[in-house]
Amino acid sequence: MAESVLKLPNEAAAPKENRLGLKALDYQGGKSTLCAGCGHDAVSNQIVRAFYEMNVKPEKVAKFSGIGCSSKTPAYFLGRAHGFNSVHGRMPAVATGAMLANQTLVSIGVSGDGDTASIGLGQFMHLVRRNIPMIYIIENNGVYGLTKGQFSATADEGSKLKTGVINDLPPMDLCALAVELGCGFVARGYAGDPKQMVNILKAAIAHDGLAVIDVISPCVTFNNHDGSTKGYAYSKEHDELLHQIGFVQSYEQIEIDYEPGTMREVTLHDGSRLLLKKLEEDYDPSNAVQALQRSHKAIDDGAMLTGLIYLRPEKKSFLTLLNMTDKPLWSLNEAETRPPKEALDQIMRELM
Amino acid sequence: MSDSMTATAVLDKPAGEPVSQPVTGGGSKINDCTIHVATVNGSGSQSSNTVLMRSIFQMGVPVSGKNMFPSNIAGLPTWFTIRANKDGWIARKKEVDIMICMNAATAREDVMALQPGAVCIYDAPLNCKGMRDDVTFFEVPFAKLAGELSQDSRLRKLLTNMIYVGIVAERLGIERDEIVNAITKQFKGKQKAIDPNVAAIDKGMAYALENLPAQHRWRIERMNATAGKIIIDGNAAAAIGAMFGGVTVVTWYPITPSSSLCESLIDYMKEHRIGPDGKATFAIVQAEDELAAMGMVLGAGWAGARSLTSTSGPGISLMAEFAGLGYFAELPGVIWDIQRVGPSTGLPTRTAQGDILEVHYLSHGDTQHIALIPCSVSECFDFAGEALDLAEMFQTPIFVLSDLDLGMNNHMSDPFVYPTKPYRRGKVLSAEQLEELGGKWGRYLDVDGDGIPYRTLPGTDHLMASYFTRGSGHDTHARYSEKPSDYKATVDRLAKKFQTAKQFVPQPVIDRRPNATIGLIAYGTTDIALEESRYQLRNEHGVETSYLRLRALPFTDDVKAFVEDHERVYVVEQNRDGQMGDLLRLEVGDIQHKLRKILHYTGLPCDARSITDSLLQMEKDGTRVIKIGLGAEAVTQTIGED
Ligand SMILES: Cc1ncc(C[n+]2csc(CCOP(=O)(O)OP(=O)(O)O)c2C)c(N)n1
Ligand code: SF4
Ligand SMILES: [Mg+2]
Repeated sequence: MAESVLKLPNEAAAPKENRLGLKALDYQGGKSTLCAGCGHDAVSNQIVRAFYEMNVKPEKVAKFSGIGCSSKTPAYFLGRAHGFNSVHGRMPAVATGAMLANQTLVSIGVSGDGDTASIGLGQFMHLVRRNIPMIYIIENNGVYGLTKGQFSATADEGSKLKTGVINDLPPMDLCALAVELGCGFVARGYAGDPKQMVNILKAAIAHDGLAVIDVISPCVTFNNHDGSTKGYAYSKEHDELLHQIGFVQSYEQIEIDYEPGTMREVTLHDGSRLLLKKLEEDYDPSNAVQALQRSHKAIDDGAMLTGLIYLRPEKKSFLTLLNMTDKPLWSLNEAETRPPKEALDQIMRELM
Repeated sequence: MSDSMTATAVLDKPAGEPVSQPVTGGGSKINDCTIHVATVNGSGSQSSNTVLMRSIFQMGVPVSGKNMFPSNIAGLPTWFTIRANKDGWIARKKEVDIMICMNAATAREDVMALQPGAVCIYDAPLNCKGMRDDVTFFEVPFAKLAGELSQDSRLRKLLTNMIYVGIVAERLGIERDEIVNAITKQFKGKQKAIDPNVAAIDKGMAYALENLPAQHRWRIERMNATAGKIIIDGNAAAAIGAMFGGVTVVTWYPITPSSSLCESLIDYMKEHRIGPDGKATFAIVQAEDELAAMGMVLGAGWAGARSLTSTSGPGISLMAEFAGLGYFAELPGVIWDIQRVGPSTGLPTRTAQGDILEVHYLSHGDTQHIALIPCSVSECFDFAGEALDLAEMFQTPIFVLSDLDLGMNNHMSDPFVYPTKPYRRGKVLSAEQLEELGGKWGRYLDVDGDGIPYRTLPGTDHLMASYFTRGSGHDTHARYSEKPSDYKATVDRLAKKFQTAKQFVPQPVIDRRPNATIGLIAYGTTDIALEESRYQLRNEHGVETSYLRLRALPFTDDVKAFVEDHERVYVVEQNRDGQMGDLLRLEVGDIQHKLRKILHYTGLPCDARSITDSLLQMEKDGTRVIKIGLGAEAVTQTIGED
């Protein structure tokens, strides 16, 4: 099987400090209390790495989640950032409110397949529709881990629980749904492929707008056995790459030679570049119809489609549409938000 | 006397037989009448009713206008009641003096509900005159008159409403100039709209002069009781208050009777809160539902914004889970509940005070909320800013309990007073303060002994600023904890914070009368009728009462003292079970046998006479609970589709 990441020429060895003078350690969080081997921990590790390598100041970050094993993880990365573990399925509203109050925050949300595809489906869809600038990760294991392994709405048809129960409903493809709703950045990663994951995360950090990332993140305790379709073994075997991904920072001087027609290059909001190298079939991530076609076909084939599924970096975020002052709303004082006495007098006169 | 409030009587009198109505002689009543307009909704009568009410206001006469409308867009009956009263008693009154019958579907009931001696102006085809012989009937061929004004059928329908305004005005003595002024105001000076409406007024006046018998029983005469006053509904007042109170994030989901709060806020903010650079100092978001609206408010509050949402009962129910998060994780935010009637969808367009317990205890576990309860449009204005302050000071959701009568009906008021006090932003640590503390702080530490901890905002540029907010168990430093001692300490501190709030919420307004053995307790719009009832009790029956008007939960210590100081205390409110009465029973404990309940919950605003009658009966026979019956307003029972 092909590599999921593009090898870039003269890639420097990872520096000991990033451009802010911070160490990777400064991006760590509290000690995880998840089961050993849980996919969610692997995702947390890549979040730490991506924010470190992207030189994001941790104090500028706000972390959000709903409820579930996955939703506990914001406590396990970026300890220097404020975190908010909200209620089940309602993280989108909380994050939206916080972003309205302070649009300078760099937002990242972690949810689960239960948290997003069942109880939180409505809020998820409206988050996509509003295009709130944040990274929204679904750590997708096909089950409700925290309530001990019931099927979730992303469980594949025919997949089996440890108890022998078979799921007979079709799975919800949250990436396809996000594409359908016009999300400007939709990707799928796999907790077992950290290199691809970190590139997707870096691109998401560079994107201005909502970035939805569905990560297949195996639950070793409740869904990693024979007959489960979201375990490590099954995922590894059924990973279907859309392309090889390379990510080049805006300040990096890396030139890549490639044969015409084999590479797509997208410049992201912050000037960094995303390189997508063609595998067997050419894939255009700006084409929603192709994205949906491939997604449906993957479900039919029992494949796990990974890579950048859809990318339209030019979509306007909701915050832009609101035309708010540059100063964050939370910081406005009386002089800025209390109209003068004459304004009240005028309103009163009109009511006399 | 038994300790429980089980003895219940229902006062249910047939129409036109008030127990204590003073007998009026044959002379004319100056500036004291109720006008009831019965139309079909969707007929566009709203603006003519407003013009009629405004013209009385401009004559200097205290007046109120209440819209009793169906939850429907067109075709169902709707009523508008105007009450003019020289002494300023403008609560709803059951007895109707002048009825305008425009709706075939309700004409018979409308006429039958009148008291003997009333005047009924009716649309000729309704042929009301045969229905009773103790009412004065004025028949008007509205279709014919409107036909003389316009060929356009839509316009004719609207002008028909203005014609009845002309007729009523002429028969009552309302000056034509004031009607023209009211029309000019209503149509914002647009001459094209003003002219045909004034023509319709003249048509009505001329018809009355030439064809209708004189009417001397009710007169409107110029006086000087409204100069300098404003007329506004409570929702708009709240919107203005929130704007001047520095609200920055507003979220909402449409629901009657609360929508107009955020809708008028949008209008005011667009006019007054766009900076010179053309950029907004606010964000207003129509959410996908009330869960989301509440989540956004709390998210915004967490990040440091002054945030609010507005809803009604069904929305409050949906907000329950988030309300608990707000209480337990200590997140600021303001929630206006414009109460409407009933469990479930209930009567969406009628008024009640039925969400007291729900709001006070909204969400599971040991949750408790602070609530402010305005009784007037000026309190809507004041409490709007106050609630934003309290939310930030106490780091908790603050509910404001208004209702449909206050929120959507027009009320007279003195102009609102410009707020000059700085915003109170609560205990927020900046990066500099953290530095001074050497980075040592705990999100949920009770440093000051008042139960209120310190917080930092996301984005604060300090190594030690961050903490993890969660609705699950936590310790003083916001770390996950399931330790029994941590949990108990947290909820005990929250209880202490609630105690602290007693000193900061709006205090009750108390009117103690020397030698009064009877105390009254009420809140919100019940006040409008209750003050009039006290006047009736004093002047007609020689019964003196003291009165405590609640303005917030939790109760302050004055409340128990007030109950202690009176022999019997009547709690008057607009819900079936006496929800505030029950909270008061818990509050006063061993003296709860002093409490009585007078309850009004038909969906219509409470009226003074019903309270007076109930109280007199309870004084006489010791009844402990009266659920006020329908009496004269039984007529409105025919509505209610949704
Ligand atoms: C309103 C509500 N209902 C139910 C629950 C119980 N609950 C907690 S986590 C969870 C499912 C989590 O599943 P998922 O989002 O897939 O997370 P995972 O544990 O698999 O990572 C449920 C149903 C809850 N916390 N709140
Ligand atoms: S139960 Fe499953 S999802 Fe939860 S921590 Fe364990 S492995 Fe991870
Ligand atoms: Mg799951």
